[in-house]
Amino acid sequence: MSAPAPVPHEAAEIVIEVSDLCVSYGRHEVLHDVHLQVRRGEIMVVMGGSGSGKSTLLRALLGLQSPSRGCIRLLGQDITRLGEHAMHELRTRMGVAFQGGALFNSMTVGDNILLPLREHTRLDENTMRIMMRMKLALVGLSGCEDLMPAQLSGGMIKRAALARAIVMDPPLLFFDEPSAGLDPVASAQLDRLILKLRRALNMTIVVVTHELESAFAIADRITVLDRGRVLFTGTPDALRRSEDRRIQDLLQRRADIAPVDPEVYLDKLTGAPPDA
Amino acid sequence: MVRGLEELGYAASLLAEGCYWLVAGPRRRQPVQLRAVFREARDIGVNAIPITAVLTFTVGMMLAIQGIETLRTFGAEAQVVLGIALSITREFACLIVAIVVAGRSGSAVAARIGTMVENQEIDALRVIGINPVRHLAAPVIIAMLVMVPALTVLGDITGLLGGGIYAAMEMDLGLGVYAERSLDVLQARDILQGLFKSVVFGLIIALVGLINGFQVRGGAEGVGRATTRSVVMAISLILVTDLIFTWFMNR
Ligand SMILES: Nc1ncnc2c1ncn2[C@@H]1O[C@H](COP(=O)(O)OP(=O)(O)OP(=O)(O)O)[C@@H](O)[C@H]1O
Ligand SMILES: [Mg+2]
Repeated sequence: MSAPAPVPHEAAEIVIEVSDLCVSYGRHEVLHDVHLQVRRGEIMVVMGGSGSGKSTLLRALLGLQSPSRGCIRLLGQDITRLGEHAMHELRTRMGVAFQGGALFNSMTVGDNILLPLREHTRLDENTMRIMMRMKLALVGLSGCEDLMPAQLSGGMIKRAALARAIVMDPPLLFFDEPSAGLDPVASAQLDRLILKLRRALNMTIVVVTHELESAFAIADRITVLDRGRVLFTGTPDALRRSEDRRIQDLLQRRADIAPVDPEVYLDKLTGAPPDA
Repeated sequence: MVRGLEELGYAASLLAEGCYWLVAGPRRRQPVQLRAVFREARDIGVNAIPITAVLTFTVGMMLAIQGIETLRTFGAEAQVVLGIALSITREFACLIVAIVVAGRSGSAVAARIGTMVENQEIDALRVIGINPVRHLAAPVIIAMLVMVPALTVLGDITGLLGGGIYAAMEMDLGLGVYAERSLDVLQARDILQGLFKSVVFGLIIALVGLINGFQVRGGAEGVGRATTRSVVMAISLILVTDLIFTWFMNR
């Protein structure tokens, strides 16, 4: 594993610290001894193949999946031993945009975004509406507040989910698969939006993604997961220079399978004996 | 068997947590929302009024037909008033209402919650800091506890009416006389017995719908399975519970 190269925020305090994290579903351990440190104002991208445990790591960070071992500190508090009340308070300081958006289908887009404000603040209705419209404008969805989630396109859903995640101006933002299922232009727009948020609100952002291009566009540092272990943590440049074969495979999108002889493959498909 | 016990525990904890939020919610500035309770009450209760009325009316009338035919062979057809009055108020009204509500609303609760699980909406609620039990489960439980008995009262009336109309015609009584005689034979405890059972049935429907919804795995198909399962499970539990209550209350 290469040493973490200097990052622009070397001096900033650590706001997310994961150590020795193991997570199991039943008997099946999915994450093994994961370590992760994210500093204030940093954009950390978590990458890895399908099934490598990215979503599981995110769920553990959000307190939705309790770890079998290890410790997760968010903003200085260990969430694995936090009482319900303190956890509730902490959650007002983090925003999450889920992979499928997870907008509440029974509410308008506007009400979706208002929900955290209604739950956690005592602002009057007008102020809340103004804040909601500001966030919608920020993600480029002005005028969509009265639509139902079912009336939005995939890209719009992601942006609405982002607006809901940031409506409380949380210092921590988690974003699962921002670009999955989007065309390159929409995905580049979202990348710019993420960078803009960090600049404007100095958020610490953790992004889970498959997309190499998007990862390199936004990441200060990248963590690569492989079968539940951290394979690499460092800057995008360090990642490009890495000599590790599995990382080179990931970068060049090489499939991890042996090349097949077309004739053998054809025989297999037709069920003919191999040496006929 | 193990799963059954697990689910019983889950249902109990849902109920306990629901009660907790009802009591402690306002103090923690996270009350159970009345608006949600009213919406559930409308879906579960008000919208079920026509079907409940029609079904209990029909059953009341069938009871009258069967009762008069059977009792006539003993020359005791005058007793039919008592028969209808007791079977409607003690058994049929609450049972029919419970089955209607389990089919209409218990399944709908399971489907709605299950879809929200699949869509990660429940996760989203939790990370926003909204307890899903308070936000989704408590309103359903409260609405069921109120609306199933309310519908049962309605079912008592329409059921008696259905039986009364046929019996009055067949035995040449006025409907008024029939009503008077019914009120004579009915005791408060007959009606209360039905109402008490309907409260329990409402609780069963709510908890069964909720646990099946919250446990959904495996996409749209999983939601469909949970919906079916909640109906079958709720109706079975209702019948078994009814048998147990009837056994202990009437012997
Ligand atoms: N609820 C669950 N119960 C049991 N096993 C699970 C569950 N969720 C995920 N897993 C397993 O955990 C492993 C990691 O899953 P995870 O969803 O974290 O992967 P991922 O990196 O997010 O993959 P993808 O990129 O495909 O979303 C997989 O092997 C998966 O089978
Ligand atoms: Mg995933």
